[in-house]
Amino acid sequence: MSTAISPARSGAPVTASRGLALRAADLVKTYPGRPPVRALDGLSVEVVAGTVFGLLGPNGAGKSTTVRILSTLSRADSGTAEVAGLDVARQPDQVRRRIGLVSQKPSSDPMATGRENLVLAGRLHGMSRRDAHRRAAELLERFRLTDAADRLARTYSGGMARKLDVAIGLMHRPEVLFLDEPTTGLDPEARAEMWAEIERLAVDHQTTVLLTTHYLEEADRLADRLAIVDHGRVVVEGSPEELKSALRGDRVRVELAEQDDTGRARSLVGGIAGVGEPVVEGRSLTARADDGAAAVPAVLAALDGAGIAVASVTVARPSLDDVYLSHVGRTFKEDEK
Amino acid sequence: MTALAHSGHLTGRQLRALTRQPAMFGFLLVQPVIWLLLFGQLFKNVIHIPGFAHTGSYLEFITPGVIVMTALFNSGWAGTVYIDDMARGVMDRLLASPVRRGSMIAGTLAYQAITTMLQTLVIFGIAYAAGARFPGAGEGIVTTLVAAALIGMIISSFSAAVALLVRQQEALIGISQFIVLPLQFLSSGIMDTRLSPSWVREVARFNPVDWAVVASREALSGSADWALVAGRLGLLAAVAAAIALLAAGAFRAYRRSI
Repeated sequence: MSTAISPARSGAPVTASRGLALRAADLVKTYPGRPPVRALDGLSVEVVAGTVFGLLGPNGAGKSTTVRILSTLSRADSGTAEVAGLDVARQPDQVRRRIGLVSQKPSSDPMATGRENLVLAGRLHGMSRRDAHRRAAELLERFRLTDAADRLARTYSGGMARKLDVAIGLMHRPEVLFLDEPTTGLDPEARAEMWAEIERLAVDHQTTVLLTTHYLEEADRLADRLAIVDHGRVVVEGSPEELKSALRGDRVRVELAEQDDTGRARSLVGGIAGVGEPVVEGRSLTARADDGAAAVPAVLAALDGAGIAVASVTVARPSLDDVYLSHVGRTFKEDEK
Repeated sequence: MTALAHSGHLTGRQLRALTRQPAMFGFLLVQPVIWLLLFGQLFKNVIHIPGFAHTGSYLEFITPGVIVMTALFNSGWAGTVYIDDMARGVMDRLLASPVRRGSMIAGTLAYQAITTMLQTLVIFGIAYAAGARFPGAGEGIVTTLVAAALIGMIISSFSAAVALLVRQQEALIGISQFIVLPLQFLSSGIMDTRLSPSWVREVARFNPVDWAVVASREALSGSADWALVAGRLGLLAAVAAAIALLAAGAFRAYRRSI
């Protein structure tokens, strides 16, 4: 048990692991080789029970290694990791009863049917035959796999196989579900369906989900909180909204009716509190605002007061792309190449 | 208790998969028949070489040899299930579940033992149909089943260990080529080692394959030296246990490497 407790980033004092489903502190993991690969370099993360937490980062950032350590598959060289207050290195058996793992690779047995895969997973977690069958039917229904339930898993499409993987992970009602890149390789339709399923998981707050992804959109949509991981460390952490707000830079764009007004409009807008860096381009005026939604009425009032006609106003929130760029120093697309 | 249940579930999984591959199932049964009849005909007359100490027909002599040979070849592929599971996420999922490594090994060994015993019974059936008769059939068949299962478990554990350490199907081909074949031919499986060069006879004394053949043939003779049979079976059991531990150790090494 680690006694050195670091204050949570959210500001709430953490005096015990209560309320935290997952806690990793200063995880270091180096894989041998020439040269050795330092997969984790002091990664720390805390996940509140009942939430969806996203680990976002490029391939090789350390996301999967973190999942492997938290799910008892790998051991960290140093640092501590806890699941539901249990140390993963010292109480792996108790941890394993509480977690479900959906790894990157398909994790069903291709020579068994969907139902048999589920029932076996349940039985291995100590469920009675009857309970396992009942739970399997429930999950097949929920993931709309009932029609394919008694077909061999090897005949499943990519989307169906992935849903079966998640269902297998949920069979024993784990407290914590690890989803390692659940939608990588899925077509857009199957991805949308998977997102809807993960959102449903989050609704009842019974299950804590640790999701790794290299899709910004996925993290943005699914994660209550997320950590951007780069070179084996957490670069920044917060809710998607917090991270985007922290950039202090909504973009307010005003389309003016008359080009002659741009000069006056620029000085008026530049004088509004919380708005800055006005730039004129043709008939449009763009400015950065601390809070775009609050700035719009002020901008409109100022222009209206000066008799300047406005054709349209748009507010663009910073995207996770902007967040990633500002913290990692590279665009996400560059990293994906 | 839980560990036993886990092993049972994992054995069931493999047996079920086998029933879904009729070609594979058929191959498992046809292959030993070919060996039995082919070798039985090919070397039919070696029995007449002076010094060949066997009173029955060559078919009767070779039956336990083919049974053990079949167990060897069948078991060499036991690690395949781990390689398939590692290639997918099945191994990770099992290792992150309450299933113990020992149960995973035991599940595979039990599966191999069951298929080996089925093959053994089929081979006895074919041998009888071809005219073989064993004076000590009752006790002999039971002893042969045990011996074949034990030698199968030894090779299965070895195959599992190699699969976990090397993680390539190709490595299992190596087991057939470099372990199974030499072990088979350095035993009295198809040839009385008293007619072999003395070094072969010496090596055979330390060869588990020979122990299995000797124990089976002795029990089938109807005038068995039970001390000899028990001694050989005991040695087989000891080696089986040791190699199963080795396989469990390979699991530890695999886990450390991931």
